[in-house]
Amino acid sequence: MGAAESLLAGGLSEQREGLDRGDVDAVALVRASLARIDALAPLTAVVARRDEAALAEAGAAATRIAEGRPRSALDGIPVLLKDNIVQAGEPATCASRILEGYVSPFDATVTERLREAGAVIVGRTNMDEFAMGSSTERTVYGEAHNPWDATRACGGSSGGSAAAVAAGLVPLALGSDTGGSIRQPASFCGVVGLKPTYGRVSRWGLVAFASSLDQIGPFGRRVADCAVALEVIGGHDARDSTSLPQAMPRLRDALDGNVEGLRIGLPREYFVTEGVDPGVLARVREAIAVLESAGARFVEVSLPHTAHTIATYYLVATAEASSNLARFDGVRYGRRAEQVADLADLYQRSRSEGFGPEVKRRILLGTYVLSAGYYDAYYGKAQRVRTLIRRDFDRAFDACDLILTPTTPETAFPLGAKSADPISMYLSDVYTVSANLAGLPGLSLPCGLSEGLPVGLQLLGRPLDEATILRVGDAFERRTQHHLARPPVAEGAR
Amino acid sequence: MSRIAPSDVARVAGLARLALSDDEIAAMTRDLEQILDHVAALDALDTQGIPPTAHGFELDTPLRPDRAATPLDPELAVANAPARAGTAFLVPKVLEEEG
Repeated sequence: MGAAESLLAGGLSEQREGLDRGDVDAVALVRASLARIDALAPLTAVVARRDEAALAEAGAAATRIAEGRPRSALDGIPVLLKDNIVQAGEPATCASRILEGYVSPFDATVTERLREAGAVIVGRTNMDEFAMGSSTERTVYGEAHNPWDATRACGGSSGGSAAAVAAGLVPLALGSDTGGSIRQPASFCGVVGLKPTYGRVSRWGLVAFASSLDQIGPFGRRVADCAVALEVIGGHDARDSTSLPQAMPRLRDALDGNVEGLRIGLPREYFVTEGVDPGVLARVREAIAVLESAGARFVEVSLPHTAHTIATYYLVATAEASSNLARFDGVRYGRRAEQVADLADLYQRSRSEGFGPEVKRRILLGTYVLSAGYYDAYYGKAQRVRTLIRRDFDRAFDACDLILTPTTPETAFPLGAKSADPISMYLSDVYTVSANLAGLPGLSLPCGLSEGLPVGLQLLGRPLDEATILRVGDAFERRTQHHLARPPVAEGAR
Repeated sequence: MSRIAPSDVARVAGLARLALSDDEIAAMTRDLEQILDHVAALDALDTQGIPPTAHGFELDTPLRPDRAATPLDPELAVANAPARAGTAFLVPKVLEEEG
């Protein structure tokens, strides 16, 4: 293995040090990343590359670094973006036929901030169509594979980004999380995934799924890597009217390994034996013991409306999706049906040919729950239950500083296992959706293996308090080796 | 009793501008029935007097200064149009010609 390949095998901080020391330059690192994407193409984690532009940007970064003036901790670092985050002059398809041929005329705010920081975007990652799914199987590019076991799903909907970081294609990737779409694939692939507080990261240039729930966030190999990434992409943006005005704190300052006296809540409703893989519960209990011996205090809390979160989520998310996806009509961009009779026919056929079955299912459900006669019974009801769910968390946070749960009730499931049954697919988000409904930050980090597959530990914080969940996640990493476990595919390709 | 009939699905598909075959309508009716059964559990909750939550974070509507700025270049704005005339989007005629 050459020097660039060795450096690529490390995480963000190793790559930063290697570039700054001059062991390898950014062009060689980006070239190694592109080569590895090529070598591991069968994962279907990456759906498009931008070799020429990436190498040119890497050249500019290499010059800055050699002159001792890197722009940021991300200067010259290869990164990947989920296919629903736009880059000026590049396609963005949301893994859908309806956006075939679309080229974005503008940069998303996160894209702009990554570029300003000197990060080199090497390509786009696979996802469930329009971020609707938990397995990255419903995609025009073909299902993505879990680097730990190619017969299993890498989770979703940001599965390509999670698999890419797990397989060492890049040290950092962005995804989006509407009901768990960053944390669940991070858990399945054994990497760290962070969903920030709603409004922390601008949604400008993120193709909208459910606007009151969507949030962009990073995947990395270490908690610290996600802290660095959030510092770059987070903070106020006037172009997103839901962007929070609060300044982005220096999250890295919180990563001192100290958890002494922190109160960590364990929601009674999440620690049930029914429907939870015993291996998952065992790893999470071991993680609790590690943090306890580090000086954290554990308290039991209750989130009484937990059983209602999935139903609430699917009503709110599909209602918003049906409205957001109305813009795909074959008129201004994307796919247009040919030989149409009239304008109504153009809309109907363009949409029917362009959207896949799960997207249609959710548009139908969303349209139904918003339609006259059903609005109060379904959508109005769900919005009120959402208030009850938020109040559960307000009350829990009176007794604790953060909440700890498994990220998912089971490890990565086999490809195809849940495709035929929408409800069973929806239920795989049972531990993650509540953070979106309540607008809370959530972190998933590896806490060991169960039968050879990664288990994710989820930490949920108070609104705007990413610092505390990152502090605890980092403190856990300092006392354990789980973040160093590499999938077989990463070993094999070396 | 079923919660949703194929005729409801066909009506909703029309509202959503989706053309579905009879087979698709039958399959979607089964799926939506199953999903609506699942969400029916919410009916058991008393939400009398509970205000709705519409957003992940409560914010006052932000205001910005009303200043002129350069918008997206019109050429760029229509660059993705499946059909265009100049900087306009071209669609099939919606009005009959007179005469």
